[in-house]
Amino acid sequence: MRLPSLVLAALLVLATGLPARAVEVQQVTSPGGITAWLVEDHSNPILSLDMAFTGGAALDPEGREGLAYLVSGLIDEGAGELESQAFQGMLQDLSIRLSFDAGLDTFRGSLRSLTENRETAFDLLRLALSEPRFDEEPVGRIRSQIMVQLAQESENPNVIAQQALRQLLFPGHPYSRPVHGTPETVRAIGVDDMRRFVSERFARDALTVAVVGDVTAEELGPLLDHAFLGLPAEAAPFDLPEVEPQAQGEVLVIERDVPQSVMAFAQGGLKRDDPDFYAAHVATRILGAGGFSSRLYDEVREKRGLAYSVYSYLYPLERSALVQGGVATANARAGEALDVIREQWALMGAEGPTGEEVEDAKTYLTGSYPLRFSSTAGISGTLLGIQLDDLGIDYVNIRNDLVEAVTLEDAQRIARELFRPEDLTVVIVGRPDGVAPEEPAAEEKS
Amino acid sequence: MQIVKSRPTLVPILCLFVAFLVLASQPRGAQAKVFEPETFTLDNGLEVVVVANRRAPIVTHMLWYKVGAADEPPGKSGIAHFLEHLMFKGTDTLGPGEFSDIIARNGGQENAFTSYDYTGYFQTVAKDRLDIIMKYEADRMTNLTLSDEVVLPERDVVLEERRSRIDREPGAQLGEALRAVLFLHHPYGVPVIGWEEEIRGLTSADAIDFYRRWYAPNNAVLIVAGDVDAEEVRALAETHYGVIPAREVPERLRPQEPRQNAARRVILENARVRQPSVTISYLAPSYHAGASDDAEALQVLDEILGSGSTSRLYSALVVEQAVAASAGSAYSASALDLSSFTLFGSPRPDVPVEEIEAALRAELARLLEEGVSAEEVATAKRRMLADAVYARDSLGSGPRVFGRALTTGATVAEVESWPERIEAVTVEQVNEAAKAVFDERRSATGLLLPKPTS
Repeated sequence: MRLPSLVLAALLVLATGLPARAVEVQQVTSPGGITAWLVEDHSNPILSLDMAFTGGAALDPEGREGLAYLVSGLIDEGAGELESQAFQGMLQDLSIRLSFDAGLDTFRGSLRSLTENRETAFDLLRLALSEPRFDEEPVGRIRSQIMVQLAQESENPNVIAQQALRQLLFPGHPYSRPVHGTPETVRAIGVDDMRRFVSERFARDALTVAVVGDVTAEELGPLLDHAFLGLPAEAAPFDLPEVEPQAQGEVLVIERDVPQSVMAFAQGGLKRDDPDFYAAHVATRILGAGGFSSRLYDEVREKRGLAYSVYSYLYPLERSALVQGGVATANARAGEALDVIREQWALMGAEGPTGEEVEDAKTYLTGSYPLRFSSTAGISGTLLGIQLDDLGIDYVNIRNDLVEAVTLEDAQRIARELFRPEDLTVVIVGRPDGVAPEEPAAEEKS
Repeated sequence: MQIVKSRPTLVPILCLFVAFLVLASQPRGAQAKVFEPETFTLDNGLEVVVVANRRAPIVTHMLWYKVGAADEPPGKSGIAHFLEHLMFKGTDTLGPGEFSDIIARNGGQENAFTSYDYTGYFQTVAKDRLDIIMKYEADRMTNLTLSDEVVLPERDVVLEERRSRIDREPGAQLGEALRAVLFLHHPYGVPVIGWEEEIRGLTSADAIDFYRRWYAPNNAVLIVAGDVDAEEVRALAETHYGVIPAREVPERLRPQEPRQNAARRVILENARVRQPSVTISYLAPSYHAGASDDAEALQVLDEILGSGSTSRLYSALVVEQAVAASAGSAYSASALDLSSFTLFGSPRPDVPVEEIEAALRAELARLLEEGVSAEEVATAKRRMLADAVYARDSLGSGPRVFGRALTTGATVAEVESWPERIEAVTVEQVNEAAKAVFDERRSATGLLLPKPTS
């Protein structure tokens, strides 16, 4: 995978918007008072639901890291009267796709169903959220699958780099903790922890829902009530302190016997509700957007052949914000790659983008806006993101105006504030040549 | 295996496989529509397929060439994929990267991919930009220019790509070795990205030779999907592609697999392996090669055996015996030559991998002895046809399905009749196909093992 999962999460946050002429977003309130955003689309007999509860892995209790993630793997493994294989069998036989995942700030679910099976689909969703069984067999099975995943991740250079980077940036804060846990913490999680998680987090005031597809507002109301009305009214508090990233230009080298050095780097960024977010998004795109047009792409890949992929992106969190990036390059040329990246970072921080670059970035961002909704699931995911970021139901209509409003002056000002090469904190996994650790880092042994 | 220029897993093979279910399927009870593509051929031989999808005012434009890694000359492994990278390096009238800049300025997204049987380039843009995209895609069909100044750094990029995908991943190294022994003679045994030693020797001249040999309108398929109709596409295609003359293109004659007599076994031990696994691959027919009448039955068998958490392998190894962390199967019928049917499993902590291999083989023995049940076949078919409705929902599915089919010897009509053919599969056919495919002499087994550090 080209981009580590954190990147994808950040891109999702940005991937907002639908061309107004093609969709109409309705706010639906069910008879029982559950609200959801809906886009009706009757071109295929399917429905896509995306949902989230505020509060994810960053709220895992200390010593129980990995709890939210383990729960996300278990609530569709038996619920109500249905044991694991019966529950999964029903999903399979009716081609209902139900899955859950835990991020740092949210716990998310997605449901896809054919129209003819949607009552059953919403009932299975209800069971998973309200009556998960946590039977011994699936608990042991999913726990062992996560242990296997952790073992694999312990040798995955991207995961090692991301994890170490967050530990450097957020020392002592829950954002430094591993979303998937550690072997010790995953072993320590008991069924009582899981039940407490479900009862504290799965509540109506923490719920956000988006639905797209072959269903009307009238039909959706009762389905929403069926799935969600039985949940408690209030979740436990979202108790997570604000944190400034501790980015002071450290370079940490984690030695691994691999032919390529994998680097992750970051410094403080902008939160999603910052008035300068769009200007910063434009500037960050010019520096290191994915795709084939950016300064980092030109300098690192096109001109020097140093890497297959190199990128930078904004990564806003609920309680902090980063601008982050990554590259993978031959060990022998790692120092050269890092120098080029720092140079470009500094240049963007000193001078900002040019007028032409800003105009090109804006036409890309506005022109590519409709591409976000080439599938039902793409639209429901996008609508969920807009709600979680609190951007308003008319966001689809105003989003391009917000991008258009970014001036060269804005972009240059924010670039000068944002890109601080002296802050850029770097983790390198591999055997890099030509890199001097900025602080003697304790080597990680595993 | 697919290599994508920028985003490696955008079009993974399993996606394509699922996407293949898209076409023309009508699950019972659902008011499913058919894609009903419109097709025509330009005078110069370019085949064109148009799939209407009017959800958003956007189009996906894909150009597929009927050439891939399995068509490379001996000693030049990786040239098909390297050329794919170099196709972004400019033409007589455009500088390196300029087409990409134009696409980005127009709010478009693009990528490219190389596989054994095909090479493809695609862009998704607002519908009113189709003209400009087509103009430049046609331009690079015939006017590519290359200089060492751009070619040599790009060769380093490909070497980095190889390091990322293969050289730092023990599992991928084993996969490469397993393919190399499964295919004793056919070029499907050579990695798509190429062997490192041979990539290092590839030159501008190699790329231009390959390009001149294979890139021609009569060896390509154009697919446009989205908010567009066939007449608009025809007019644009005539303007941009129609002016390119047809050229003589060689037949795709590849060395074929000889009769295989010996089961093979490859083992990779590496200190960085934290999770052992076993993979057992059997040579299998495709729609186009071998006992191709068995292809649909093998798709149903794959669904029963190894697809999802109630499949036979998952139920037996992961749930009931509780020895495996994962288990499943994989089979794809779309290939110009022979395909493979693969079983895989990975143990839970503290279970030896040999136990997983034994359990997989025991499930195979049970299958061959008892066969599948009528109910298993019926529910598998129902799931496969329902998956089609989901796949049709996405703009990219149609183009991928048609592109893959038309570059591997299938026709639009064959793609459209897929649901009927799946519907017609019987219990006996599944059992006969299983007996034919699971022949140890035509198999290779790969073991990925941790190596204790001293």
